[in-house]
Amino acid sequence: MTTHVQTSRVIETQERTVSVWQDRVRIRVLSKGRGPALVFFHGPWGLTWDPFLDELAQSFSVLAPAHPGTTPDAHDDVYHLDGLWDLVLCYDELLEALGIRDAAFVGHSFGGMVACELAAAYPDRARRLALIAPLGFWRDPDRIINWMLLEPGELRRQIFRDPECDAARRMFPRSEEQDSSATAARVRMVWAMGTTGKFIWPIPDKGLKKRIHRVKAPTLLVWGKEDRLVPPVYADEFVVRLSDARVQTVADTGHAPHLEQPAMVARAVREFLGQ
Amino acid sequence: MKISAFHLMPYRELPADFERRYESVWVTPPWWELADARRVGQYYNWTLDELLYAAKCGFDGVCTNEHHQNAYGFMPSPNLMGSVLARATNGTNVAIVQMGATLPTSNPPLRVAEEYAMLDCISGGRLVAGLPLGSPMDVNLCYGITPMEHRERYREAFALTLKAWQAREIFSWNGRYFQLATVNLWPRPIQEPHPPVWVPGSGSISTFDFAVEHDVCYCFLSYSGARSAKTMMDGYWRVVAEKGRDLNPYRAGFLQLVVVAESDARAEEKFARHVEYFYHKCLHVPGVWFSPPGNQDYRSLVATMANPVRRAENPKNLRYRDFVEKGYVIAGSPATVRDRLKEEVINGLHVGNLMVLLQIGSMPHELAMENIELFGREVLPGLRDFWDDGRWVNHWWPEQLRQSAAPVAAGLAAGGA
Repeated sequence: MTTHVQTSRVIETQERTVSVWQDRVRIRVLSKGRGPALVFFHGPWGLTWDPFLDELAQSFSVLAPAHPGTTPDAHDDVYHLDGLWDLVLCYDELLEALGIRDAAFVGHSFGGMVACELAAAYPDRARRLALIAPLGFWRDPDRIINWMLLEPGELRRQIFRDPECDAARRMFPRSEEQDSSATAARVRMVWAMGTTGKFIWPIPDKGLKKRIHRVKAPTLLVWGKEDRLVPPVYADEFVVRLSDARVQTVADTGHAPHLEQPAMVARAVREFLGQ
Repeated sequence: MKISAFHLMPYRELPADFERRYESVWVTPPWWELADARRVGQYYNWTLDELLYAAKCGFDGVCTNEHHQNAYGFMPSPNLMGSVLARATNGTNVAIVQMGATLPTSNPPLRVAEEYAMLDCISGGRLVAGLPLGSPMDVNLCYGITPMEHRERYREAFALTLKAWQAREIFSWNGRYFQLATVNLWPRPIQEPHPPVWVPGSGSISTFDFAVEHDVCYCFLSYSGARSAKTMMDGYWRVVAEKGRDLNPYRAGFLQLVVVAESDARAEEKFARHVEYFYHKCLHVPGVWFSPPGNQDYRSLVATMANPVRRAENPKNLRYRDFVEKGYVIAGSPATVRDRLKEEVINGLHVGNLMVLLQIGSMPHELAMENIELFGREVLPGLRDFWDDGRWVNHWWPEQLRQSAAPVAAGLAAGGA
């Protein structure tokens, strides 16, 4: 059972594990809140219930699946998926199993790309899309840094505008000698990068440009003004291809604006999704 | 036992401040700032000359290997080098040890099966077929293979290669990574059922298992010497025993850096800076690149993270005498070198197929030739009979060369068949 701090409402998140893909892929889904369904697709560093999701849970019934392979005790399940096509089908099966016909999709980074691919494959499943610094395109002059090749300290500096912020401290717990919780956190993060990396290596452009025109949902793009990993200029790639898209940049944040400024980003997302 | 000369083909003239100025020797070293194509042409020719000289000096085999986008050792196609060596050593008893062409980066991997078959044909059946996984820098970073697919691709390619060499009928390969409707390899190797297979590794448990299950020779390519390899190799022999194989020393290969001179002191004078160049510059790679996320499976990842035993000391903090003292390099007079090789490597690790690296880092051609000559003349004869008590057969060596105690060097000068 996942519990969490950082909120005055002491309501625990619910968790359940759903089997899809001929029972070969087990996906843990964290959920909380009441209201219309909202599915959150996490980024390359794994799923953690955070203050941003708490904020969303005030207005939505938030469901946050763990990317295949990142569910505890189901690490090898990711080997049953060979590519993005398999992954998208897998999520379609997951929504089916959860009884969700359509929902608002919110995704961060890698998860933003997944949400967008899902909305392109199944345009009627996505009511609205909120994509936070999503991947999916590649511009030669604005190469996306491969975070999988960075030492932990450098990775931390690249993700966050302020590497000393609370969210950064939570993502990178101080590693003491023989500290098993810090080791476990590092294992979780590396494995999350490996399992998500499987679908984007070595360049995170897997053909979204050929499919994105199928997206019908109004889309909000949220970008940290100081995103060093995926520069804000990538928002243009989405805007020119989507029929209804707007961009909101967030000052003083890097590649994880929803972690560095959770209240502000949650407010923008809630307002957009509530329209 | 069998003793082969190994070569990396490094860039021998990197600037003195290389490791401070540049991010890495691998993947990103800027060619236009650092290298010169005419110089490199000279290096390739020196490399061939040095290996052919080793063949002349009594070594049992000559080894080349594959790496990409680096100044550490850049034979992107070891088979180009191997074909020159095969041709030039015809008429001798020297094995062509390809350590070798990397399966996961060859698409389809049949290309490796074909080229090895060519080499076996050209050499008259003297090929040792090294089938490496390839380093993450080469396979994942330079050649774009997804880290999580690296081992799966390798295993499938390995199975395909062995089948392609041996199948009597045309077959179809409907694999996960490779699909070929009509596999009918031309040519096939001379050696039957196929050339001996060596699998190089750097200590990964899953590679031990793989090597033992497939009954191939596991070669530990280490730059940290026998002492630090002891735990690893003991682990390998444990797996060999657990899986019910015999403890034939020829199941194991080991790579050792060696410099030999008239005396220990003279070895230091001649070779110290070249050894330091190798460890300080040629191994200058960000640590995380050796294991990008997904390259290790979950079980290995947990084991590595939880157990910092493998956290190697930073060789940049070590000097020549440290490298020698710790056994990273075996250095000194012929007697010193012979005794240490015997005790630490051959006996200590139970190794039947020894590879020695004799051109190291910035070592110039003339010095490399001296090192090779002296090793061949003064060290090699004292080691050759080890394991030669009739108990063990080197199943992992070309059959026609197993018995030869001293290579026949005739015809080498002419380079003809």
